[in-house]
Amino acid sequence: MTVVVYVPRDSAARSVGADAVAKAIAVQADARGVAVKIVRNGSRGMFWLEPLVEVETGTGRVAYGPVASGDVAALFDAGFLTGAAHALALGPTEEIPYLKNQERLTFARVGVIDPLDLASLSALGGLDGLKAALAMDGEAICAAITESGLRGRGGAGFPAGIKWKTVHDQPTGRKYICCNADEGDSGTFADRMIMEGDPFTLIEGMAIAGLAVGAEDGYVYIRSEYPDAIETMSAAADLMEQAGWLGADIGGSGRSFHLHIRRGAGAYICGEESSMLESLEGKRGTVRAKPPIPAIHGLFGKPTVVNNVLTLATVPVILAKGADYYKGFGMGRSRGTKPFQLAGNIRQGGLVEKAFGITLRQLVEEFGGGTASGRPFRAAQIGGPLGAYVNDAMLDIETDYENLAAAQAMLGHGGIVVFDDSVDMAAMARFAFEFCEIESCGKCTPCRIGAVRGKETVEKIQRGENVAANLELVGDLCETMRDGSLCAMGGLTPMPVLSAMRLFPEDFDPLHSKSGPLMAAE
Amino acid sequence: MTEAESARTGAGADAQAVCARHGNNPAALLEILHDIQDEAGFVAEAVLPAIAGALNLSRAEVYGVVSFYHDYRRAPAGPVVVKLCRAEACQSMGALALIEAVCAARGIVLGGTSEDGVTIEPVYCLGNCALAPAAMVNGKLVGRADTERLDIAMREARS
Repeated sequence: MTVVVYVPRDSAARSVGADAVAKAIAVQADARGVAVKIVRNGSRGMFWLEPLVEVETGTGRVAYGPVASGDVAALFDAGFLTGAAHALALGPTEEIPYLKNQERLTFARVGVIDPLDLASLSALGGLDGLKAALAMDGEAICAAITESGLRGRGGAGFPAGIKWKTVHDQPTGRKYICCNADEGDSGTFADRMIMEGDPFTLIEGMAIAGLAVGAEDGYVYIRSEYPDAIETMSAAADLMEQAGWLGADIGGSGRSFHLHIRRGAGAYICGEESSMLESLEGKRGTVRAKPPIPAIHGLFGKPTVVNNVLTLATVPVILAKGADYYKGFGMGRSRGTKPFQLAGNIRQGGLVEKAFGITLRQLVEEFGGGTASGRPFRAAQIGGPLGAYVNDAMLDIETDYENLAAAQAMLGHGGIVVFDDSVDMAAMARFAFEFCEIESCGKCTPCRIGAVRGKETVEKIQRGENVAANLELVGDLCETMRDGSLCAMGGLTPMPVLSAMRLFPEDFDPLHSKSGPLMAAE
Repeated sequence: MTEAESARTGAGADAQAVCARHGNNPAALLEILHDIQDEAGFVAEAVLPAIAGALNLSRAEVYGVVSFYHDYRRAPAGPVVVKLCRAEACQSMGALALIEAVCAARGIVLGGTSEDGVTIEPVYCLGNCALAPAAMVNGKLVGRADTERLDIAMREARS
């Protein structure tokens, strides 16, 4: 009998040796004359256990991890193909608390299936959303998305259904669906996991969006730093087209939807929607002034839905199971689930999809298990490089869009980067300005010049020059950047800077600062 | 033409053919530049007029795009390209010290190319933030990077 063994093909799993493990399993199976079928699935998102090997047994899938290629012979000796005990055995995968305590809607199939096997996707409810959408008119699809409470998962949190309705209501003609897969925020990898682990669901969501607003072309703008995601998405789009779920006649409905995959070129700013649209048009990724909004004047000047990967990948489950089902998760005005990403100096880093309302402390301590270094927690940056830092006292915030905003922070794309007590927050504030200097598109002055002057002023503070006056100057500069910038790049760079100054003032006191010599300017 | 000459002129890529493959569509400029760089290793100034002509753009517009995006090289890199992440999540796991050590071992500054042909560049997030520090060696992602694991990856990239 052939035993099915799962070894992830996710690039994070491969970055710690999954390919070598898969090869070692094939070699050992061959040498021992055992029939083994190796399935390369996505990652379950428990990265400290990668490479995580799963074996299909009579009682479900059993996990072993982290497996090194050198462990494989011993696993065969111990009888892992029957789920036998071994030092690396983790028991039934679904019973691992980290996974068991999640509510996976968007990520339901990530890590479970071979991402390019349409049959196993369909067996687990894949394409049900698209089939449901084909039986509805555009207005009804927009209404279902609005009713579900789904808000933009890229960070801004704008209600997706309202955006769709705006595009739907524009006069008939060429319209576009653009998926923003330029996931440049440090501490985030959820978009990458979807594209590498369940690309069909994202494509399904885009096709549904096309049906909803009357668009026949969709673009996925994927950052070039994700070569594996680009490859998997391209292969998935080809397979969907062959199966008749993309192209001129989707699902035999007579409606068409064509998908185009585009590579970015290493510009963080292209994660900003108008800058991404410029880039898709083959131009420099400079931001556009708004209004007009992309829903009215978007790609090539046509009405365009721009949504993040996670937003679009969540659409199929809403159509398949109903708006009420999705709305049943969450709190306040933040409905449904949020894929959080635990990153940085954390013991159990990975993906945690939970209903809104879970506290940051539960995420960092219960799921994350505290710092990787074992030193005390000091700070976490929530929502990427433009997100605020929080201290220990703020970890009890229940995560929803409004709660975090009230605490002068933001949820962003759901990345949580943990730092231990060795972090120098003045250095992090300086880095926030430096990052803005490197990645600013240069179109507006507060961002282009403010970033440079901000970095220089923090350096003066670090050197102990006129500290009080320079702190005040940084505060003024941040106000100008926040109020005067065209987009979130310059507008939100003050978030990490001001939160670091407010919560960790001792690091901006050079007499007592533990910062070492400044890094040489590049 | 010798290899050195073709590197100087960028004649390694047939810009017109690449543009034609993309239907001479100006919206595909980023893809065209990627293809040229994949073929020739960099985007030479000498190919810009041909691209501009094929796409009916001005040379300034093409130059503006090439210079805007971090990905496009204006000069060839070494045969081994190591991208080291210096974004926040990797910093929390000692990325800056790692970068310093890797550069010092080869006597170069970040962005430079060593005598043995290793180019070391900064990058801001590779999407491997739960296995920080992250690096990419000739397109292959390396998690929990340290000097030892990077040396192994660089050896593999050469072979």
